[in-house]
Amino acid sequence: MNGQALPLKESMLLGLLSLLLFLGLWTVLTVSGIVPRQFLPTPLEVASRFFQLLTSPFAGATLPTHLAASFKRYAYGVLLAAAVGVPLGLLMGWFRLLDDIVTPIFDGLRFIAPIAWVPFAALWFGTGIGGPIMIIFAGAFPPCLINAYRGARFVEPRLIEAAKMLGTNDTRMIMEVLLPAAVPSIIAGLRVSAGLGWQSLVGAELIVAAAGVGFMMVQAQGSVQTATVMTGMIAIGIVGMIIDVLLRQGEGWLRRRRGLEA
Amino acid sequence: MGSISFSHVDKIFGPQGSGVKALDNINLDIADREFVAIVGPSGCGKTTCLRMVAGFEAASAGEVKVNGKTVTAPGPDRAVVFQQFALFPWKTVRENIDLGLRNKNLPLAERDGLISSALKLMSLESHADAFPHQLSGGMQQRVAIARAYVLDPEVLLMDEPFGALDAQTRVVMQEELVRLARRNPRTVLFITHAVEEAVYLADRVAIMTRRPGRIKEVLDIRSIREAEGWDRHPKIEDVMDLESFVHLRTHIWKTLREEKDFQHV
Ligand SMILES: Nc1ncnc2c1ncn2[C@@H]1O[C@H](COP(=O)(O)OP(=O)(O)OP(=O)(O)O)[C@@H](O)[C@H]1O
Ligand SMILES: [Mg+2]
Repeated sequence: MNGQALPLKESMLLGLLSLLLFLGLWTVLTVSGIVPRQFLPTPLEVASRFFQLLTSPFAGATLPTHLAASFKRYAYGVLLAAAVGVPLGLLMGWFRLLDDIVTPIFDGLRFIAPIAWVPFAALWFGTGIGGPIMIIFAGAFPPCLINAYRGARFVEPRLIEAAKMLGTNDTRMIMEVLLPAAVPSIIAGLRVSAGLGWQSLVGAELIVAAAGVGFMMVQAQGSVQTATVMTGMIAIGIVGMIIDVLLRQGEGWLRRRRGLEA
Repeated sequence: MGSISFSHVDKIFGPQGSGVKALDNINLDIADREFVAIVGPSGCGKTTCLRMVAGFEAASAGEVKVNGKTVTAPGPDRAVVFQQFALFPWKTVRENIDLGLRNKNLPLAERDGLISSALKLMSLESHADAFPHQLSGGMQQRVAIARAYVLDPEVLLMDEPFGALDAQTRVVMQEELVRLARRNPRTVLFITHAVEEAVYLADRVAIMTRRPGRIKEVLDIRSIREAEGWDRHPKIEDVMDLESFVHLRTHIWKTLREEKDFQHV
């Protein structure tokens, strides 16, 4: 690695090449029978299943309907994580006492994988919408909190001094100094949260009974429909990428507006 | 009211005992409405002195008092113009200046009036809605000065406020500061590298030594300025040509020079 960025065209070409290589390898392995069909469907089977599921229902709904159901839970979970995590992180970044109280608990909890919450989520919040939201929340919350906290904690000391010298109170300090200073870090945190939340989705939907991509995959697994499972995985991947691209665009726009490097 | 006093002030950075002594037994009394400039070689502790008055740094020994009260925390009675501006990058010029006024809970109309006159004073009217990163270093410095001025503080603490300005703007600002200081005198602690600037602006000039920083000499400029009628000359270059000015400047130069030479021995 020499770390030099390739021109856009060349790097896109390379990306395409590696994708083709991957698909080629997959085709060879499956069509030749090196890997038995029941373990891995061929790319063509997956593609045709994918397009089929766009219109014909499986496990009670079409793929877009499953995705919409998943996305709704996901959006609630991530928004809740941001709504709690960002303010709490900022407050912890300013009030040492709160930091000292919350940090030990938080440091213990954040290493528990979201999926480990499945039993309790089901017990506490049921398998309707509450349980899955809690699991997505468990995945999305830590990065929201940590990044808001770091952003607030590592504001240029000079700016805090300037604000103090101007007689700024705690509320204004948090809203007008810590928050704007932490925005880049918060956005970065939201990106990670969005990713982890989306990753927690299938775990969350293991316990949900009615709809969702995860639900669809679990149902397909029951009837050994590998192509359907793979379709679910691909749909999750694509939506995850779209979410990330959109958030990255938002981040870039914000940085340019601030006069930071693009 | 805005007197400042340093009595037997030491400042040690780092762990007690093994730290670096930045200031050693600083004694200086600044009267209400007096303009005192500190000059000294880089790293001698000028900024540290100012930060202690501002309430950003505690003395390791001795006491720093403002109006007879030991400084414990920063506050708007002691406005600071920072060496590196410290403007809020996400606030426009106007919003940067406004924050201190809002903190004082002044009504909107009054704030607008104060901001307008501060912008005018600093020739920033056409940049009121710009963000700091859209301004040159000199303009940013002027915003920082406006932000401090507009608070009408008892004590003004200025850390090389004209350092980032070009020669022409610098002269304009110096003359303006002198006019302001004479018209509406307030307590100013002013730090600079520029000897001429110190002599031109200040009532007294304190000369500091290299590390550990001590006050080597305090010169009374005011009595000479008044006796020689410097203020009759509106232009800085005319004052700088006066024999009394040249004499003071040369004296300070030589004192600082001894510091440099001492270093090399
Ligand atoms: N927070 C700190 N921790 C450790 N050392 C410090 C700290 N702040 C200042 N110092 C040291 O104290 C000494 C005085 O620093 P100070 O910034 O007051 O100098 P100065 O006279 O303002 O210099 P300049 O003219 O370059 O601005 C320097 O040697 C510096 O390295
Ligand atoms: Mg300094």
